[in-house]
Parts: sequence; structure tokens; C-alpha cells
Amino acid sequence: MSVTPVDLPVTKDGLVTKGAIEFAEEGQTKVGRVKKRLTSRGATVAALIIAVLWTTPTFGLFISSFRPADAIRETGWWTFFTNPVLTLDNYQDVLLSTSQSAPQLGSYFVNSLSIAIPGTIFPLVIASMAAYAFAWIKFKGSGWIFIVIFALQIVPLQMALIPLLQIFGTILRPGQEFLHDIIPSIPEQNFLPIWIAHTIFALPLAIFLLHNFISEIPGEVIEAARVDGASHMQVFLRIVLPLALPAIASFAIFQFLWVWNDLLVALIFSGGTQDAAPLTQRLAELTGTRGQDWQRLTAAAFVSLIVPLIVFFGLQRYFVRGLLAGSTKG
Amino acid sequence: MTTADLIGKILQVAGGLAIFAAVIGLILFLVDKAPKRSRDYFQLAAFIGPAILLLIFGLIYPVIRTTTLAFFSRTGDPVGFDNFVWAFTQPDAIRTLVNTVIWVVLVPTVSTAVGLAYAVFIDKSRGEKFFKALVFMPMAISFVGAGIIWKFVYDFKSQGRDQIGLLNAVVVAFGGEPVQWLQSAPLNTFLLIAVMVWIQTGFAMVVLSAAIKGVPIEQMEAAQLDGTNAWQRFRNVTVPGIRGSLVVVVTTISIATLKVFDIVRTMTAGNFDTSVVANEMYTQAFRANEPGRGAALAVILFVLVLPIVIYNVRVLRTQKEVR
Repeated sequence: MSVTPVDLPVTKDGLVTKGAIEFAEEGQTKVGRVKKRLTSRGATVAALIIAVLWTTPTFGLFISSFRPADAIRETGWWTFFTNPVLTLDNYQDVLLSTSQSAPQLGSYFVNSLSIAIPGTIFPLVIASMAAYAFAWIKFKGSGWIFIVIFALQIVPLQMALIPLLQIFGTILRPGQEFLHDIIPSIPEQNFLPIWIAHTIFALPLAIFLLHNFISEIPGEVIEAARVDGASHMQVFLRIVLPLALPAIASFAIFQFLWVWNDLLVALIFSGGTQDAAPLTQRLAELTGTRGQDWQRLTAAAFVSLIVPLIVFFGLQRYFVRGLLAGSTKG
Repeated sequence: MTTADLIGKILQVAGGLAIFAAVIGLILFLVDKAPKRSRDYFQLAAFIGPAILLLIFGLIYPVIRTTTLAFFSRTGDPVGFDNFVWAFTQPDAIRTLVNTVIWVVLVPTVSTAVGLAYAVFIDKSRGEKFFKALVFMPMAISFVGAGIIWKFVYDFKSQGRDQIGLLNAVVVAFGGEPVQWLQSAPLNTFLLIAVMVWIQTGFAMVVLSAAIKGVPIEQMEAAQLDGTNAWQRFRNVTVPGIRGSLVVVVTTISIATLKVFDIVRTMTAGNFDTSVVANEMYTQAFRANEPGRGAALAVILFVLVLPIVIYNVRVLRTQKEVR
């Protein structure tokens, strides 16, 4: 598998600490030293076993996605090493084939992108505004409203699904149909419900994390601007947003992956057709109806994994930072 | 997909983003031009208004509504606690609750233990970042993708044919008979749990690894000079040093596990005694047309996470007081 830009180890820091430990070991007895080496060898073996266990399933699927359909059905993917046959047919089939029974992932891929991009931008903008208000505008009740929002992070999505669907059905849908009748270029049915749902579900965590970051900005900077007559809007746009950009970026990655990988919200709000359903929903459908078509499932799974994997390996550093900042997401 | 479809979708996204930008821009612009006297009030409303409105309509109102829904039947008649009685007495529903408990006990403990062990083993080793990426990678994969990956591992072919699933191939290689893993309860629940552990271990490992690096090196050296062995140092220096992170990891994974839906949905759809509360909630509310029962299950889920919410709020309040 292509495991690309991982910084190689042995940083200056690592060398220094290693030296220190070796130095400390010199004072130990021979027995002690042998013991230490043994445990660390055991640790290395254990770590290797874990690493192999953790990567083999993905690797097997990856290899299989390039094997001909008959080969996948009849023999295990490990026989590939003795009898290597490669083909791109599976990918061609799942992506480009227009036959009725084919997965036709092309349009679902576009849907996933169409859901994930606004589904990331909307909550981030709204949340950074709210986070600014909680951090730098003094008002009555700010403390407890913030605590309520914080607590909402952990409310299971399941609690909100049925009523939200009803709200969309009674307000959003007729409203949109009404607009469609006036201006036909506004579509009747589309991504709007999913965008709104993802925005709502992302807000509590986004507000909390961005608030933590924005409230750390030195107060003198903001007060100086306020004294000079800048409005909150100017302070927000010119000072806070640029300073908070790293935090916003790492949360954006997180949110993007979350939306891209989501199944539950999509199942309930997308309608399930090619018009709006994302890849995950199509995949879930395929495993249900065509659970034994492994040539299709393997390739289809990798089509859906490719974007997260690129994001992950390309932006791992920011991803980890976002993760460490706190991650209780519903 | 035709080109017209593609263009239509691109226009939708572009249009959506443009309208959103226009609305937010207009709000900010108008607030800046608001009458001086009440400007502060308008500014506050503009900044938190959108978020508060969305949260009230999208989360707070639905939570209240779902809670009331749990006390009504499918026809809309009030039925008192019948839906909850159903959830705690029907054999299928009890199975669901028991499964959920097994998940919540096993996933956080196993993934935290394995993640911690791995983080300690590879700490300061050659190629640490590479080894981390290997175990961390499942975090980026969707639960649906993970479901397919593992369904392939658990695949079953009748005896005599070549096994294409890794697990059955191993069993056969050791002379055993192939097993229909996902159909045989109660084993299948544990096999699904393995998938969740596979995903969450990377999370535990990354967070705990960062915490381990935060343990002061002086303490380790002092313990080493005292002649302690690696296990003693781990028990008495490392673990107390990362206690805070351990709590965060365990609670976060517990919450994620309580709400696990996608894995069960893709791998067994809750059949063969593998259902959990989150999946059953979906099945009842959106497949079986029993919104009352679905709502009751959602409420049970909420009650289960409530202690974690309260604990976190208390931590947050003490943090605020310290500041």
C-alpha cells in the first residue's frame, strides 16, 4: 500500500533522550541489562504482530480489488503472491458502467463531495461566529448557554432524527416546492436537508473547540482594536479569523472526514436515490443486496476510501492535532 | 450519470454556498450599520443568533419531542410506559440491550489496552511514525468501509471449496471446519466488536502516545536509577502521568460505542442476534414504522450517556473556575 509522507524518525530530540537512557543503563548490573533487552525484544515482536493484524484486512481488500472476478470468487487473495494477475476491470465496472445492475459510483462520488464540502463550510462559519461571541462579547447568561451547548455534544443523533425529519417534511419541503414553482431553476429535492442536518450536528463540538482557541487570543489585541472604534464585525473578520485559522483548518479536516464517512444522517435525509445519496449509503446498499459480488464490493470500498486516505496521509499532522484538541462527537 | 446531472449538482453546491455567503455577509453588514444605541444587542444577536436558532430547532426541540414521542403508540395514542416495557421485556429487545452492554464494556477496555500497549512498545523506536500511521489508518476509514473490509475477512464458503475469507482459511489450514462466522450467535457479536476495536485502537494509541511523551523524562530516569524494571516504571510512573488522557479516551470511545450503528447495519443489519440499541432504534423508527418504540430506544440511549455528560459538564465548570 502506498504509505507516503511519514517523517522518518530519530529526531534530534529522540537521539538526546536515547543517549540519556543508555547513559543511565551503564550503572546497571549485567543481569539488569539482559532483562531490559529481552522485554524490549518482546515488545518489538508484540508491536509487529499488532501492526500486521491491523493492516492485513485492508491490504487483503486492496489486493482483491485488482483481481479478476473469477479469481476473487475461487481463491483467497493471498494466492495473488504465487499467481499474480492484475486487472482494472472492477474499477471500470463500479465507476463507469452504465448498466442497471452496476453500482454506478460516479454520481455517488459527486454526491459525497457535494454533501461534504458545504457540510464542512456551513458549520465552521456559524460556529466560529458563535465562538467569538461566547469568548469576547459579554452578555448575561453567556456562561450557562455555553454549558448547554457543550452538553449537547454528547446527545445521541438518534434523539434528533425523527422530529428533524418531520420539521423538514412540514416546513422545508413545501417551502422549496413553492420556490420551485416560482423559479423553476431551484430544484425540488436536493442536498439542503443533509447540509442542514450535518450543520446542526456539528455545531456543539465546533463551537466548543473554536471557543477554546479563540478565547486564548490575547485580550489586549482585541481591546485595543475595540478602543480604536472597531466594531465586533471588524474585530472578528480582521483579527480573530486570521489568528484562529489553524484551529479552523484542523477542525475542518475532522468535519470533512466525519461527513464523508457518515451513514446514519445520509440514510435518513438523502432520500436514497442517485440524486443525493452519498457513497457510504450506496456501499451499505450493495453489501445488503450483492453481498457476494466481491469484485464489485472490494473496488467500490476503495473508491470510497481513497478520499479519506488522501486527506489522512496528506494532512495527518493537522488531523492528529484536531483529534487531540478533544473529540466527543455525536 | 449524465453531464446534465453533474452540472446540476455543481450548480446546487455553488448556489448553496453563494446563498449562504450572501446571508452571512448581509447579517454582518446590517449589524455594522445598526443604530448606535442598540448596536451591541444587534451584534450579539447576529453572532450567536444563527447557531442558537439551529440548535434549538435541530437539537433541543427534537430531544424534547422524541422524549414525548416515546410515550405514544404508532397510531398516536398515549400508551404510558408501554414502549419502555416492550424494550425491557421482549426477548429480541432484551438481546439488543445485552449486546449494547457487551459492546460498551469490551470496546473501550480492549481498544484502550491495545492502544496503550502499542503506544508504549513503539515509543521512541525506529520508525515510530510509520508504525503509528499503520494502526491509526482505520480511523480515517468509514465504518461502512470497515464493515466491508471485515466482512471479507469473515467470508464463508461451504466445506471443500477454497475459502476466500482469511479467518476461515486459517481455520481450515489448521484442520478445522469452516464456520459461518456472522451467522453464529453469540460469537458474531464479538466479531463485530473486533471491527470497532480495530477502528478505535488507533484513536486511543495516538492520544495516549502524546500523553506518554508528556510524562517528565526526569521521573523515568529517577525510577530507572532506583533499579525498577520496565513494568514497574510503566505501572508507577507512566500510568499515573497519563491518567487524565486515559479517562478522556475511555469516555470518548464509550460514547462512540453506545451510538455504533454503521458497523452493525452493514455487516449483519442487526440479524442473527447482533442488534444494538442504535441499530434497533433505526429499524423500529424507520423500517418497522414504530416511531414510539424507536423514540423509547433513543431515550434509553440518552439515559445511558447522561452520566458521561454530567461528568464532563462538571469538569468543564471546574476548569472555568480555575481560569
